[in-house]
Amino acid sequence: MIKADAKVLLEVRNLSATVAGVEILKGIDLTVRAGEVHAIMGPNGSGKSTLAKALVGHPAYTVSGGEVLFEGKDLFAIAPEERSRAGLFLGFQYPVEIAGVSNSAFLRLIYNTGQGAHGKDELDPLEFDDFVREKMKLLDMDPNFLDRSVNDGFSGGEKKRNEILQMALLEPKLAILDETDSGLDIDALRTVAGSVNRLMTPDNAVVLVTHYQRLLNYIVPDYVHVMEGGKIIKTGGKALAEELETRGYDWVVEEYRKQESRPGSPAYAESHL
Amino acid sequence: MTTVATARHPYIEALLQNYETPHGGVSWLNERRSAALERANSLAVPTTRDEDWRFTDISPLTKLHFQPAAEAPRLSLADLSHYFIGEAAGRLVFVDGLFAPDLSATDDLPAGVQVSNLAECLKNHGALIEPHLARHVPFGDNLFAALNTCYLRDGALVRIAKDLVRAAPVHLLFVSTRPEIATYPRCLVIAENGSECTVIEDYVGLTDGVYVNNSVTEISVAANARVRHVKLQREGGGSFHIANCGVSLAKDSAYASHTVTLGARMSRHDLNVVLQGEGAAARIDGLALISGRQLADTHTLLDHAKPNGKSVQIHKCIVGGAAHAVFNGKVLVREGAQLTDSAQESRNLLLSSRAHVDTKPQLEIFADDVKCSHGATVGQLDAEQVFYLKSRGLSETRARSLLTYAFGAEIIDRIPVPSLVARLERIVLDQTAAQA
Repeated sequence: MIKADAKVLLEVRNLSATVAGVEILKGIDLTVRAGEVHAIMGPNGSGKSTLAKALVGHPAYTVSGGEVLFEGKDLFAIAPEERSRAGLFLGFQYPVEIAGVSNSAFLRLIYNTGQGAHGKDELDPLEFDDFVREKMKLLDMDPNFLDRSVNDGFSGGEKKRNEILQMALLEPKLAILDETDSGLDIDALRTVAGSVNRLMTPDNAVVLVTHYQRLLNYIVPDYVHVMEGGKIIKTGGKALAEELETRGYDWVVEEYRKQESRPGSPAYAESHL
Repeated sequence: MTTVATARHPYIEALLQNYETPHGGVSWLNERRSAALERANSLAVPTTRDEDWRFTDISPLTKLHFQPAAEAPRLSLADLSHYFIGEAAGRLVFVDGLFAPDLSATDDLPAGVQVSNLAECLKNHGALIEPHLARHVPFGDNLFAALNTCYLRDGALVRIAKDLVRAAPVHLLFVSTRPEIATYPRCLVIAENGSECTVIEDYVGLTDGVYVNNSVTEISVAANARVRHVKLQREGGGSFHIANCGVSLAKDSAYASHTVTLGARMSRHDLNVVLQGEGAAARIDGLALISGRQLADTHTLLDHAKPNGKSVQIHKCIVGGAAHAVFNGKVLVREGAQLTDSAQESRNLLLSSRAHVDTKPQLEIFADDVKCSHGATVGQLDAEQVFYLKSRGLSETRARSLLTYAFGAEIIDRIPVPSLVARLERIVLDQTAAQA
């Protein structure tokens, strides 16, 4: 829900980032306020996932320019684990499997680490077990997943549910969900989307990174951004996503190129020097 | 003038200078001791030029001329109670190599389970012991086994009577309390036809001083019997631990070994399992978790002598600091041992750039209808896993220690004694946290 006076959670200013020396993000600007749902769409290779990973501090992604403020503070001044404790969450496109660590122990550990960081009470294994089972019910998740190793041998859909379960435990201020809809069948998509909607409050926000419009039928975005070539080339509302679904991305890219090549635009100036 | 001198190594010279055959021994044992003494006097001290000791330089050990303890300090039950194992039905404790009856507990053993000091059984149970002692770990070409047999004194005898199953574990606890002592622990486990047992062989050091433990363990598993063997090495940081274990498996018997190596400055564990009867099965799990300047060397031999044998081995090393782990795992399939099914895996995790591992899986196959696989990996912690945990708020240290622990958990979780699993999990978590 858009409220002009809502608190700014995330402010991305002219962000560029490289992977293995190649510039992937080429000047991103994005402002996310409390209560908002943003969708970042775009063709494969447009830089959507890079943006998500750069924000949470994945070591393979190097920030090469610009700045990001999270609740007004320099996000890049703090380590990935501190970003998590500050309330930033990434739902991974490809959640990592960790054989040998039981999911229940892992979930309790991250929950208690978060609680401890905020001076709140930690839960012992028995208390946590009750607590997490309630959360799992809402996600329609089989409690057997507690006894298995983290994501180990989970199907794609089960991994995504496990990501949202972690989100439900950590209650982040800003959740970036990277392709959470991939690997989900329609029923699972509905359940997962329902859980995300329930976690939404006027004080937090969600950024959905997605290739398809499908997820946006269930989690309705306030803003839709189209990424291409490491830039956000168009921003609109929910209707833009529907238009992309029927018309594809090419027309947006075309429109952007025309606009950029108009006399007076920076791209025009560059190419006519 | 020529002198014919037997050029004994100064190490052997010093170790055996005061040697006297213990009084009152039984004749067959005295004969074996003399034979062992003869071998100890003539075998060469291994060096890194010997293939079996290529990676392990024992020259620091050969400078130590420690003698066995004549007496042991009196420890109270309270001194050791945190090492005791709740599930165990019987316990033998040895302090600096000497049997400590006051610390041992054998009253709750079910009928058919004999757990006693080997030295006290030689006279009355000679017929039981004689066919096994020094037979499963031959000393003919094994210097340390020969030395152990010369000095054989107190030790553990575990015998499970025919068809007795579901007995609680037996705990054999060897405690070293003082520096500058050599001990020669000895264990003999006899599982009769169709019996089942779990034996926990446990080495604990209460001193960080320099001492030497040279142990020999022999395990005879009769037809259809099943032995689970946990060996826990948590010697003191300055110690040397040399262990030889020999296991003989009769027809359709099964043996599972769980070896966890944590302590000692230098340790060497030789485990030889002979699948002597048809259809025998062995599962060999090993975990070495070392750091600092520790060296842990594990040599195993799975000797498939008869058809239809099955063996599964996983050996893992977690190596931090400037520590050095060695694994040499040989699987031998003899002629005629058809339909052998064997899988061996060596997996190693290096936690620092100075950590070192030498792993050498070996297959020697002389039969033509067998299924054998082996593989070895050496790696570091997975950066994607570390990042995933950090992205959930865990510190770098916590993430690394959790992942290191997870690497070892596969071995620990299979130990068939729950309280030991819990205790080892804690030890491993603490140790990996300290290293991360």
